[in-house]
Amino acid sequence: MPDLGIDVLFKGTNAKRLLEGLWVSVRISLISVAISLTLGVVVGILMTKRQKAIRILTRGYLEIVRFMPQMVLLFIVFFGTTRVFGWNLDAEFAAVVVFSFWGVAEMADLTRGALISIPKHQYESAEALGFSGRQTYFLIIVPQTVRRLIPLSINLITRMIKTTSLVMMIGVVEVLKVGQQIIEANRKSSPNAAFGVYATVFVLYFLVCWPISLFAKHLEKKWAVE
Amino acid sequence: MNLEVMKDYLPLFGEALWLTFWIGWLGILLSFVIGFVTALIRHYHIPVLQRIAGFYIELFRNTPLLVQLFFIYFGLPKLGLSLSAEFCGILGLALLGGAYMAETFRSGLLTVEKTQIESAMSLGMKKGQVLRLVVLPEAISVSIPGFTANVIFLLKETSVFSAISLMDLMFTAKDLIGLYYKTAECLTLLVIFYLIILLPVSFFGSYLERRVRHAGFGD
Repeated sequence: MPDLGIDVLFKGTNAKRLLEGLWVSVRISLISVAISLTLGVVVGILMTKRQKAIRILTRGYLEIVRFMPQMVLLFIVFFGTTRVFGWNLDAEFAAVVVFSFWGVAEMADLTRGALISIPKHQYESAEALGFSGRQTYFLIIVPQTVRRLIPLSINLITRMIKTTSLVMMIGVVEVLKVGQQIIEANRKSSPNAAFGVYATVFVLYFLVCWPISLFAKHLEKKWAVE
Repeated sequence: MNLEVMKDYLPLFGEALWLTFWIGWLGILLSFVIGFVTALIRHYHIPVLQRIAGFYIELFRNTPLLVQLFFIYFGLPKLGLSLSAEFCGILGLALLGGAYMAETFRSGLLTVEKTQIESAMSLGMKKGQVLRLVVLPEAISVSIPGFTANVIFLLKETSVFSAISLMDLMFTAKDLIGLYYKTAECLTLLVIFYLIILLPVSFFGSYLERRVRHAGFGD
């Protein structure tokens, strides 16, 4: 049995530090998720409007986010804007800004998709039954949209958690960075720590994201539209 | 913004573009192979293998590429399995992409109507023929928008390669910013070069989508 370098996790407060690092990632994603979900729904509703200016604006925004890797956006905000505008940004704050910018676009696109997937006869039937515009919206369209939207937005949460792993590249000390520090500090005493620590980080991410995606899948099945 | 500086940097970015390009596309090609095999295993419920395939898909869909790469590049050598950075990049991208492609392709397979298969059988086609001539073409054409989205996603994911010291676009930009402090110029070039990689894929994807989607199948 080769030395897997897992023993290093039980030394001192290493395990606790690693979990604290994980919490930093999860915290960043939770804040970004909260912002993305709320603002994203609003932008998504705007996207279904017919006004040309709104269309062009939201479309352009969506395309920027679709084509730029999140890492590039992180660099632009963290290194670019600080240099050009001369302000100071906390790395964690920059991360939240970038992930929200990205998440709002994703969420808006999901909302738009869910809204336009409601068949036209739903609107027409409501009108035929004498529902007012507002009643149609809140009693018929919104409940159906929400059912389609919730599983998709839960998936977005796992995607955000996974993407937060990038923040180590702009110097946020999250789980991967803590792992790196632990490996460096124990280079002499446990030379194989890299295997054990990175395997642990791998498993940790899986343990966070997997239940969430299972839940999303479950809801998707439960609420499937025939 | 200094255009002269940007012109000087062009060759460096050009080299990086090439690296991102070939590693990215090799990884994507492999991810298609892995995805097809995994999806077929799951779709035809091949015993034991389908369990492994399911576990693989869940594992790689629920972890970030950066962590996968760190494990492959820094972790595995401790067990005596040393791989070059390029190979790790391709492998990581292929494994991540394979899991996504498999899910996309499997949902494509699920949209093939039972009547299509039954009609083909009653016309006297053999099982292999049904798969090759009816199921696959329909499933693939339905999956194309999903495939395009996956390819764009994977090409964007290549931006983490710099973490395992591959000199890709991200690495070059970061390096030059660190050396000469021409932040705005480097970031502009970075954006332009990513667009050069991604825009053609998007256009080609929507072209392909229009081309192969002749009509609904079996409607």
